[in-house]
Amino acid sequence: MASEDAPTKTISDYEAALNKADSAVATFEKDDKTLVHKLRNFLRRNPTMIPALVLILSILIFGLIQPRFLGMGALSTVLKQVTVTGFIALAQTLIILTAGIDLSVGAILVVSSLVMANLAVFSGVPVVVAIAIGIALGGVMGAVNGLLVTLMRLPPFIVTLGTLSIFEALKLWYSRSESVRNVDIEANAPGLLIFGQGFNISGASISYGGITLILLAALLWYVLNHTAWGRHVHAIGDDPDAALLSGINVNRTLVSVYTVAGLICGFAAWIAIGRVGSVSPIAFSDVNLASITAVVIGGTSLFGGRGSIIGSVLGAMIVGVFITGLSLAGVDDYWQKFAAGCLVIIAVSLDQWLRRASQ
Amino acid sequence: MTVTPILQAKGLMKRYGTVVAMNGCDFELMPGEIIAVIGDNGAGKSTLIKALSGAVIPDHGEILLDGKPVHFRSPDDARALGIETVYQNLAMSPALSIADNMFLGREWRAPGIMGSVLRKLDHARMQKFAREKLNELGLMTIQDITQPVETLSGGQRQGVAVARAAAFGSKVVILDEPTAALGVKESRRVLELIRDVRARGIPIILISHNMPHVFEVADRIHIHRLGRRLCVIRPQDYSMSDAVAFMTGAKLPEGVTEPA
Repeated sequence: MASEDAPTKTISDYEAALNKADSAVATFEKDDKTLVHKLRNFLRRNPTMIPALVLILSILIFGLIQPRFLGMGALSTVLKQVTVTGFIALAQTLIILTAGIDLSVGAILVVSSLVMANLAVFSGVPVVVAIAIGIALGGVMGAVNGLLVTLMRLPPFIVTLGTLSIFEALKLWYSRSESVRNVDIEANAPGLLIFGQGFNISGASISYGGITLILLAALLWYVLNHTAWGRHVHAIGDDPDAALLSGINVNRTLVSVYTVAGLICGFAAWIAIGRVGSVSPIAFSDVNLASITAVVIGGTSLFGGRGSIIGSVLGAMIVGVFITGLSLAGVDDYWQKFAAGCLVIIAVSLDQWLRRASQ
Repeated sequence: MTVTPILQAKGLMKRYGTVVAMNGCDFELMPGEIIAVIGDNGAGKSTLIKALSGAVIPDHGEILLDGKPVHFRSPDDARALGIETVYQNLAMSPALSIADNMFLGREWRAPGIMGSVLRKLDHARMQKFAREKLNELGLMTIQDITQPVETLSGGQRQGVAVARAAAFGSKVVILDEPTAALGVKESRRVLELIRDVRARGIPIILISHNMPHVFEVADRIHIHRLGRRLCVIRPQDYSMSDAVAFMTGAKLPEGVTEPA
C-alpha cells in the first residue's frame, strides 16, 4: 500500500522524463506564415470582403465590355431590380446563420402582399392598418415555422417545404387566384405604392425601397454583431449543444429568428407591391432560390454560424449585376442563369476552403 | 468535522427505468481542494457530476452548498450559485472569438442608453476582462482575444474553457475529462492550469480516467462503484493499481464492505 509500489514508480519515472520535455505547450503561435495563410485568415475575419471585391470586379469587367454599364443609371437599375430579393435575402440570412433554411419565404411574401392589397383595396380597411396586418401575418407564419422546428424537432428544410405548400394553397384560396390590379391600388390605396417611388440624383434613379433595404441591412448588422441576441444566433448555428450548455435559451432564440424573418418577409410584401405596382398570387415564385443564392454568394455559410448580412445584399447585387450586365452585352437569358449557378458553386467552394483551414 | 464542505451530496438516488444510476450516493468537496472522481464506466460518476452541476435532477437525496440545501432545476441554476462546469466537449462556439465564447450566455451590455435601449454589448470591457483572466492563468501567449476559437489547438481551447470556468465559478469548478482529448504535452499544461485555479482558492472536482493525472493533482480521490461512493482515499496512501482494484471491485479498501 506504499506509494513506492512498482507501478506508481514506473509511471512517475515516465512523468519525470516528461518534465524534461518542452514545457512551453500552450503557446499560441501564429499560423499565418505564408501569404495563403494570411489571405485565408483575413477572409475568415472579414467575410464581407469577398462579395465586395467580386461586386467591384464584376462591375469593372462588365464596364469594359459595355461602357454604358459604369454609369449611375445602370447601377441604380440593378439596385431597384434586386430590392425585393435583397429583403428576402436578409430574412434568409438570419435563418441560415442558425444552420437552418427557409423555403417558405417567398410564399409568406405573396400571402402578406395579397392580404395587404385585398384589405386596403376591397375591404375598405385603412392602408396603415392593412399594412400592419400584412406584416403581422408574416410574423405569424414565420413563428409557425419556428415552433415546428423547435417543438417538433423537425429539420428546417422539411418544415419549410411543408409550410411552402400550405402557404401557397392558402394564398390561392384567399385570393381566389385573382390579382389586384394596379389601377385599383392607385385609386383606393396609393399608400401601398410609396416604396416604388423615389428620386433622381445625377442620372441615378433611387427608389425608397432600395434605401430602406440598405437601412434594414445596417440595422440587422448592428443587431447581429453588437447585441447578445446576435451573438446567440451565431452560436446556435455554430454548435447548438454548446450554445445550450452555455446557458442560451436555444428554442426561444430560434423561434424569435423565424418570427423576425417572417416579419421581414411581411415588410418586403409592402416593398414588392410598390416595386411591381400590382399584386399577383403567382408572382415571386423564384424568390426563394434567388434569396438562397444571394446569401450564399454573399459569403454566409449554409452550415450556420458564420456569415454577413451586408454580404447578402452584396450577393443579391452581384446576381443583379451579372444578369443586367449579360443582357446589356446581348447574351441570352439562359446564360444568365448559367452564370448565377456558377457563382453559387464557387461561393460554396470558397466557404469549404475557409472551413477546412479551421481544422 | 469542523470544516463545512463547500459542496456536499447526501444519499442521492437516480433511476432511469430499471437502471439505478445512483444508489444512495454521498459526496463531499472541501474548501480549496482538488477532489478527483474515478470509477469504472457505468459506475454512475457522470450522473453524480450532472446532479452536482444541475444537468440531472436526482430522485432522492439532497445537495448542500456551503451547508445550505440547494435545488438545481437546470445548469443555469447551478451556474447562478457559482458552480461552473467545463464539459468534455468544451461547449464552445468555434466561429466566435475567444472573448465572445467566454461571455456566451452572460454578455455585458454597454452602460447608459446604448446598453439599456439599443442593447449594445460592451465589447471593449468584455475583451479586457477576458484578457485579464487568461493572463492570470498564464495563457496570454494568445496575442489576439478576438481570434476565433476554431483557430486554437485542443489544449488552447481547454485553456480558454478552464479560464472561463475559473473567471465565473466563484464557488466550485467541475472539470469533466479535461485531458481526455489532449496530447501528452498539452495535458501537462492543463494540469498546471488546474493547480493554478486551486491556488486562487477555488475548489475543483476533476473527473478523469487517467490515473497518473489523477494521482498527480488530486488532494483526495473519490472512488465510485455501483452507483455510490466506495471510499475516499488520499493519493499518498495508495498506489494507482490499488485504486484501479478498488474501482473494479478486485480489492476492497480496509474497513469497507462491498454493497450488495
